[in-house]
Amino acid sequence: MSELIETDVVIIGAGPVGLFAVFELGLLDIKCHLIDILDRPGGQCAELYPEKPIYDIPGFPVVTGQGLVDNLMQQIAPFSPEFHFSRIVNSVEKQEDGRFKLTTDADETFLCKAVVIAAGGGSFQPKRPPVARIEAYEGKSVFYAVRKMDDFRDQDVVIVGGGDSALDWTLNLQPIARSLTLVHRRPEFKAAPASVNKMQELAAAGKINFLTGQVSHLEGDNGQLTAVHLSMASGEAMVHATRMLPFFGLTMKLGPVADWGLELNDNLISVDTEKFESSVPGIFAIGDINHYPGKLKLILSGFHEAALMAQAAKAIVSPGERVVFQYTTSSTKLQKKLGVA
Amino acid sequence: MKIVVTDQAGEVHELEGLDGWRAMEVIRDWGLNIKAECGGACSCATCHVWVEEAWYGKLPAASDDEEDLIYSTLDQKPTSRLSCQILLSEELDGLQLTLTPSAAQT
Repeated sequence: MSELIETDVVIIGAGPVGLFAVFELGLLDIKCHLIDILDRPGGQCAELYPEKPIYDIPGFPVVTGQGLVDNLMQQIAPFSPEFHFSRIVNSVEKQEDGRFKLTTDADETFLCKAVVIAAGGGSFQPKRPPVARIEAYEGKSVFYAVRKMDDFRDQDVVIVGGGDSALDWTLNLQPIARSLTLVHRRPEFKAAPASVNKMQELAAAGKINFLTGQVSHLEGDNGQLTAVHLSMASGEAMVHATRMLPFFGLTMKLGPVADWGLELNDNLISVDTEKFESSVPGIFAIGDINHYPGKLKLILSGFHEAALMAQAAKAIVSPGERVVFQYTTSSTKLQKKLGVA
Repeated sequence: MKIVVTDQAGEVHELEGLDGWRAMEVIRDWGLNIKAECGGACSCATCHVWVEEAWYGKLPAASDDEEDLIYSTLDQKPTSRLSCQILLSEELDGLQLTLTPSAAQT
């Protein structure tokens, strides 16, 4: 049965700008839920460059992508935002009562007074590996994510990739799979050293197979995989397989946003520069996903947009209420909200 | 200095480059069809180009990270590089690149 969640504002996208929007809306007593396709907060900062230094965040001479996300999470904690991860918003519709109805692929329905789209470059989707005719196997015996571990029980599993996802699932599925082979194009991994060590122990104990090479082609019938062929330094090899999990990272696609009836400019949502509101009143767009004259795709621009958007959203969430502009340095009211006064 | 970029439609563009810029930044700045979604962090492979054979050997070798990412593209060739990892200098004046389908914005 579909779950119904009612709130003031739903923020689509939990990247840095979506997270900071929680802060700006929170100061104005607006309660937020955030929805993100990733399984954790941070968006591109967490997925694409967690370890890379960022030098242009005001007040931080240097901070890593993950460091910025961790700080933002700490900063917004007083407002107790509610997160809904690993799901995508399929539809956004305006209701007769003026509220918006959002549905997700996790069978939830949200009713809210305003929507903030902070979806960056769009939704992250798994990259399809460079293997001919892999499409024929997708969803049947080739998967890009593990939804149910049981689908891999007593199967001959081949995992391809050299990052944390490949390593984590190697460790998680090894106990239940009939056989497990990890394939990576080189012996070095880009993953947590502890996971790499554990994997190497399993390989040394003969509990998994680790092969250095690339997938050349797949063998099977009607989408059911029977073998994965590899090209290795030592020549061709074949691994008997009934399941394959390729982990080649993620790429971004605009996704369902394109169908929500918003005015777009080259796949970006057109907004004004006073409220950062889209062509549909009550739906705002901030951060990399919006477009206006002079737009710069910088995290700091997104923060500014979040602050102005919050003022406009307040007028929708609490119509008629007078908003007194206050500073966190001097307002005890704001400090109480932050839990410091 | 200039770089010569062939876009996905086969049109050739001579772009004014700047010493110390990344080829990706120049291509993006001139408004050609390049996604470059991670902004130059060597994390996404959406600035993937094919380097003209004669120029390929003049570039510093790709890092392991870059090679992993190139391998994740569907249209890789032996002369594939990520243009965010090509730092322009006077020695690369005239560098010839072709934008790949996998670097296209849509």
